[in-house]
Amino acid sequence: MKPHRQKRLGIILFIAAGLGVAVGLTLFALRQNINMFYTPTQVAAGEVASGVQFRIGGMVKAGTIQEDQGSLRVSFVTTDYSSDVPVQYEGILPDLFREGQGVVAEGQIDSAGVFHASKVLAKHDENYMSPEVKAALDAAGASPENHSMQPET
Amino acid sequence: MLPELGSFSLILALCLCGMLGTLPVVGAHTGNQLWMNLARPLAAGIFVFLGIGFAILVYAFLTDDFSVSFVAQHSNSLLPMRYKFTAAWGGHEGSFLLWTFMLAGWMFTVGVFSKSMPIDFVARVLGVLGLITFSYILFMLATSNPFDRIVPLPPADGADLNSALQDIGFILHPPTLYMGYVGFSVVFAFAIAALISGRMDAAWARWSRPWANVAWAILTIGIALGSWWAYYELGWGGWWAWDPVENPPLITWLFGTALVHSLAVTEKRGVFKSWTILLAILAFSGSLLGTFITRSGLLTSVHAFASDPDRGFFILGILGIAIGGSLLLYAIRAPLMKADAGFELVSREMFLLANNVILVVAAASVFLGTLFPMVYQAITDDLISIGPPYFNAIFAPLMMLLVVFLGIGPMSRWKRTSPAYLVAQLSRVALASLVLGVVLPLLVLLEFSLAASITLLLALWVIFSIARDMADKTANKKTRVAGLRSLSWSYYGMQLAHLGIAIMLVGVSLTSYFSSERSVLLDIGGTVELGGYRFDLVDSRRIEGPNYFGEQVEMTVSRDGEVFRVLYPERRLYVASGTPSTEMAIDAGFFRDLFVTLGEQRESGAWTMTLYVKPFVRWIWLGALFMAFGACIAAGDKRYRRLRVRETKKAGSPSSEAMPAAS
Repeated sequence: MKPHRQKRLGIILFIAAGLGVAVGLTLFALRQNINMFYTPTQVAAGEVASGVQFRIGGMVKAGTIQEDQGSLRVSFVTTDYSSDVPVQYEGILPDLFREGQGVVAEGQIDSAGVFHASKVLAKHDENYMSPEVKAALDAAGASPENHSMQPET
Repeated sequence: MLPELGSFSLILALCLCGMLGTLPVVGAHTGNQLWMNLARPLAAGIFVFLGIGFAILVYAFLTDDFSVSFVAQHSNSLLPMRYKFTAAWGGHEGSFLLWTFMLAGWMFTVGVFSKSMPIDFVARVLGVLGLITFSYILFMLATSNPFDRIVPLPPADGADLNSALQDIGFILHPPTLYMGYVGFSVVFAFAIAALISGRMDAAWARWSRPWANVAWAILTIGIALGSWWAYYELGWGGWWAWDPVENPPLITWLFGTALVHSLAVTEKRGVFKSWTILLAILAFSGSLLGTFITRSGLLTSVHAFASDPDRGFFILGILGIAIGGSLLLYAIRAPLMKADAGFELVSREMFLLANNVILVVAAASVFLGTLFPMVYQAITDDLISIGPPYFNAIFAPLMMLLVVFLGIGPMSRWKRTSPAYLVAQLSRVALASLVLGVVLPLLVLLEFSLAASITLLLALWVIFSIARDMADKTANKKTRVAGLRSLSWSYYGMQLAHLGIAIMLVGVSLTSYFSSERSVLLDIGGTVELGGYRFDLVDSRRIEGPNYFGEQVEMTVSRDGEVFRVLYPERRLYVASGTPSTEMAIDAGFFRDLFVTLGEQRESGAWTMTLYVKPFVRWIWLGALFMAFGACIAAGDKRYRRLRVRETKKAGSPSSEAMPAAS
């Protein structure tokens, strides 16, 4: 093999090795960090094991928001109008979190069927509904007008 | 009447683009001087007509012309004047007009500052830019004309600008980002012109470099402004969220960074030619991808414009034609490119290759994480999201590796460097940064964190190696001052930008590992301690602004018993749109930010709020400023200026300057 060919081969192998390592690491990281999205109906049916991090999306059921007066604990019920899942969260809810509006929460479910959210996303925009929530409502066969949302960041 | 004139000037600009995209390019092919000479006047004409169009849109906003649908959706008679002005880019249609106008601005600038280049090359560059502009204006007229009217019954008042966008950060962030984004179209046009003409030599690289540098600098600032805006406006206390819409600018930036370095090799050594051209195509594709993601509504994000599918398909079409076409041209032409010189395994070329591989891999992994949920959904119908941990796990190690090479690269020589020389130069640098990286955080913050120490170590590694390199390069001159004077602008530019990386690293590591935050429920008169500061909630009151009302609380911040700052976080309700919004209160400092976001008031009268202490967070944006400034200085190097006067025939040979110019 001519020297310049050899060098070119060296460079190509170098790049290929780098890419291989990168792809391997990437896929590994990807596997660790995928959050699946479930609808309240799926969660209520027990499709998710407790202790698994996932996202749930639906509407905030009217009259279910309960604020603890002594702490930042909040609980509410998320619904796709066919099943309900109670959610607990400790922290400050987003500006646009409201009854009857869409919400996406990230967290885990416990053995009693209560969802413990580590993050709550809600953002409202007249023209826009989060694809996740829309899919959840469509799946449950309910898609109320005038209720749209967009998660924050 | 005026909005119709706006549409009309867009149509005129479209026609001019059609001419610019064909006549000069054909002229360059057939050697028709007259047609080639049309390129500059046509570019100027497009700039003028798009400028008129944008001015008319701004005027419609300032005069509350709610018969224009876009104005009615994004403005309100109560909106303060400055936000009426900026609302012109507060939605899809207007921001796309601004985007296109900026491209025309770049095009016009290329026309003005290209006197030293051969006319056939200029004709091709402007022709390619004309075609890109053509597709943008066509898209605008076909799917999203900002001048569309609401007939026959215009609303009495507008729906108001999104409250998160009523802010100085928003005034600055989108125009800067667009400016940087479309700047890469110029570099792309240079690459395509090179492919068409077969002129892929060092002179070509030298013409491209200042444009690439400036576009990169502006994009850097644009991303930093976005990060800053998100930091204080969205109120989650973070400076980067790996949001699907934040990522495409970052992808473009990573390709752009690789391109800027690869261009250096092409200019100085005449190698990496086809790779450089590929990077120019990739950087441009990144900017198109950004457009597509933001404007197609495919991804859920704070940035996503309300959208309809037609737009998505149209942009996808542009994307396919532009990327597919340029890659096809590349595939046909790239084999013609020959390297002018060879290099050895340990050489500056090799270190810059490592830089490029790392940056491209980083860009690819961000790209994968951004688009994977979409692809996954298309295949399995399941919805997933990929969170920051994925990106952090991939991105942080890659950047660390990059920074290791960053310390070595500028010190190495072109063609061949002896490893012993590098070891001799850098062993003390490595030792010093290792010791200080471990000791400094212990001394200042009295805490130990392995990750923080590693990043700090890397930052010091960069700083010390810059100092060492400058000491070496000035050692042979009579005095230090004479030595410093002899260094070129592009050398200073490079070192400033690299210093910016170090500053940003310090900011990133200290903010990430030593920030503290606390969410509390506080009564009036209540007190919280955080990070050595004491926050007292003194009072709350109702406030009223021009287009909102709300509540404000007064908090005093004290340290060691002394009150040094009063903060006023607010919650606002914007009247016209009925949207609530939180206004953070920030006490900004060089070494730390104090940051309060107000939550809701409970029935008991107590307020919920989150307090943050963020050490060194400003350094992140300061670092970006250094990088951008460095790139601009490098673009102002005298060899580019001299070229404007010198005959271009001599420009064919590789640069004779001895000074390294990788920036």
